[in-house]
Amino acid sequence: MTLLADIHTTDTWYLVLGALLFTIGSVGLMVRRNPLVMFMCIELMLNAVNLTFVTFARSLDDVGGQVIVFFVLVVAAAEVVVGLGIIVALMRRRPGATADDVATLKG
Amino acid sequence: MFAIAAVIIIAGAVGVVLSANPVHAALSLVATLFGVAVLFVAQHADFLAAVQVIVYAGAIVVLFLFVIMLLGVDRAEDLDTEPLVGQRPAAIAAGIAILAAVLTGFWLNNRDFGGVAIGARSVAGKLSDPAEENVAKLGRLLFTDYLFAFEITSVLLVIAVVAAVVLARRAAGRETLEGEATTDKQVEVVE
Repeated sequence: MTLLADIHTTDTWYLVLGALLFTIGSVGLMVRRNPLVMFMCIELMLNAVNLTFVTFARSLDDVGGQVIVFFVLVVAAAEVVVGLGIIVALMRRRPGATADDVATLKG
Repeated sequence: MFAIAAVIIIAGAVGVVLSANPVHAALSLVATLFGVAVLFVAQHADFLAAVQVIVYAGAIVVLFLFVIMLLGVDRAEDLDTEPLVGQRPAAIAAGIAILAAVLTGFWLNNRDFGGVAIGARSVAGKLSDPAEENVAKLGRLLFTDYLFAFEITSVLLVIAVVAAVVLARRAAGRETLEGEATTDKQVEVVE
């Protein structure tokens, strides 16, 4: 029974760590203006969610959680490729652009 | 082991947010990704840990570094001035609110169900089945229950590759850095 309690305690710690990582990523996304660093913060948030999925996969004894993480990884890779392409196109046009400058693209 | 990995993860994440230099941010990101991979191993997600290291640390961060070097933005930026007054306190307040919301969810779950995750167990397959390796379980599920999602994923990747090529190439015979003509032309292309 104590072993079971220990497992559940670690589960909670994994979830708390995931929540903390997600929070740091979201604060970074809101604070930083360099589009590259903002992208890295999005990766932090995706990793936090992945960690949570894997934790639930283990605590519910279900492979489905790990399959979802696999798909999240693939989508993250595709997203990074497209996002970095946009950043390269943007930086070529206006070197040293920050997220504020992209507002001129609207409308 | 959990404590060590957790410290590495949090330190790396804080490093990403606080580094003035994008290269340092990317290297901090590697630390975080490795820490997460360690926790994947600790939770019997061997295949995902390998993929995490290969795809994230190996490919995505290297892509980030390539773009940083290509664009020549590898110099420290000024983080002391705050261009938008009150943005940082607001962002930190929003972050605390997010953290509080998630932790309240955990706390309620912990109180009502003793820390056990609720929901149906082993729907897609048992993770703890010793008859099969972790990779075999994932692979069998990918090509049976999740086959449609898997095929759609391949379409997504092809679209992403085409999009990256279209976005990153220079228009033939034009200097993109100067001239309004280029701008007009590229607006047409986007439309």
